[in-house]
Amino acid sequence: MSRLFAYISHKGGLADDTALELIHAARKIDAAASVTAVITGSGADLDTVCTEMAASYREVWKIDHQALAYPNAEAIRKALANILPADGIVLIGNDTLGMDLGPGLSIKMDSSFAVDVVDFEGTDGSTLRLVRQEYAGQVSTHVDCDISAGAVITVRPGAFRPDESRVADGRVVDKSGDAGDLRVGRRFLEIVEAEVGDIDITRSEVLVSVGRGIGDKENIEIAKELADALGADLCCSRPIVDAKWLEKLRQVGSSGRTVKPKVYMAMGISGSFQHLMGIKGSPFIIAVNKNPRAPVFQVAQVGVVADIIELMPKLTEALRRGSR
Amino acid sequence: MNMEILVCVKSVPDTEESEIEVNADGSDIKRDDLVYTINEWDNYAVEEAVELVDEHGGSVTVVTVGDDQCEEVLRREMAMGANHGLLLMDDAFEGSDGKGIANILKAAVEKESYDLIMTGAQSDTGAGQVGGMLAALLDYPYASLVNSIEVMDEKKLKVGREIEGGNQEMNEIDLPCVLSIQTGINEPRYVTIRGIRKVSSVEIPTLGASDLGVSGDSVGTGAARVKRIDYFLPELGKGTEMLGGDTEEIVEKLIGILEAKGGLK
Repeated sequence: MSRLFAYISHKGGLADDTALELIHAARKIDAAASVTAVITGSGADLDTVCTEMAASYREVWKIDHQALAYPNAEAIRKALANILPADGIVLIGNDTLGMDLGPGLSIKMDSSFAVDVVDFEGTDGSTLRLVRQEYAGQVSTHVDCDISAGAVITVRPGAFRPDESRVADGRVVDKSGDAGDLRVGRRFLEIVEAEVGDIDITRSEVLVSVGRGIGDKENIEIAKELADALGADLCCSRPIVDAKWLEKLRQVGSSGRTVKPKVYMAMGISGSFQHLMGIKGSPFIIAVNKNPRAPVFQVAQVGVVADIIELMPKLTEALRRGSR
Repeated sequence: MNMEILVCVKSVPDTEESEIEVNADGSDIKRDDLVYTINEWDNYAVEEAVELVDEHGGSVTVVTVGDDQCEEVLRREMAMGANHGLLLMDDAFEGSDGKGIANILKAAVEKESYDLIMTGAQSDTGAGQVGGMLAALLDYPYASLVNSIEVMDEKKLKVGREIEGGNQEMNEIDLPCVLSIQTGINEPRYVTIRGIRKVSSVEIPTLGASDLGVSGDSVGTGAARVKRIDYFLPELGKGTEMLGGDTEEIVEKLIGILEAKGGLK
């Protein structure tokens, strides 16, 4: 079996949640594997993360370079291609950095590439069988990945539980000298923070969240009325913001807000993993969708197969009757 | 400046029109009743390209790897304002994995001269891989999940990337480059039947493996190192209680549940 590597993404001196999930993912590929953490960055923040990871990984490769101070995938890709062995298996969290980094890295390492993997089902010779999803989670697939010449594999955040076991003798190896020429054609300028408005759905206890199933801009009012009758706040999934039917600050998901209500009503939301990543704190999820195979039913506590346009007004009416 | 833009597009099943189901032996999804349409992300990419060319001059070419059925999608995008269509079609291309598709597109890029190449950020298979692979094969800079583009000068763009938490990462990127486009970057125009009729007789060139100089060992099933074995349905949540009954019963049950779980104030 080739050597396994886990690329650790981090921010402000803190490793991402995926850092420990990748250990578990690697163990599912090879139970006996010794996994090496690879961490790029610069200065004190990088050192902090390396020390933290040396408590979980037996070996941590540190790549310190000014060009890596901000996680610019173009520069990281060059450094990794220069440092990692060509037949290595590299695991990366499938977040916005992983999406930026992974495909090109597989080309530069001349490796196989598998994306957004949710499970591994063992190896047969040089073939690794894995599980991923298509059509926004409506169907799953088994995929065979040839790992004889190495592989770059992005792993869905949250799909593997974190490996909390500790190692006593973890060591940090400084690989900075091997990073090579990191000049790239894309330069980081700045982060533009998400807008702040008068509604803060991250504090809401009850949320009525609408997705594509709402069908039409005019129907947003129907969801608003339900939210009002419940004393809840209204939020939504990405397509509603793309269509400009609701403001960006009401969007729940990895590219929107992270909410932690007591009750989350997913109305006409299919439940892509990017959306579900924005729901934390294990709320009670009630999902209503026309499609009985909508992935949201994989995570909801209560599900109803129905058209929200018909169901929501009836629910609103009953709630109003009840409160009179 | 004149911008020559290539947008790589894909014809995909319309999941708003039909649910995706697995066939009896799991070898494929049920395709008989599926309606095919432009991949949503690609449609935003074409709109962005058309807007850039409207402002800065140049032309937009839409390209796809597929069979002659895919011509329809190219025409749809030409009706949006793309100037040229290009169909890359060959039996040798069948069964290509992401890298195989990127190899085919690379050959098409090298036949012409483009300042900017765009793809959608992802498509039906949820991989989002071809753009990044194409950039690496061409040794062009790449940015994924792009949600804003501004031309700085003839040599570079300022692009925003959508990152976690609704934040936007601003970058300067040298041309030529490859960008994968996120939905919401613009508001794609509607395509009218009249618009499609206007481009219905425009000839769309077709290029095969030999036209492109693509060798058989870099594309198709034989070259694929990543292969889908089967499709299956994900399990429903183990703790999911599906409510049945008529609407009145369901409403009553929901109110009971909301009361119990603190959903009523």
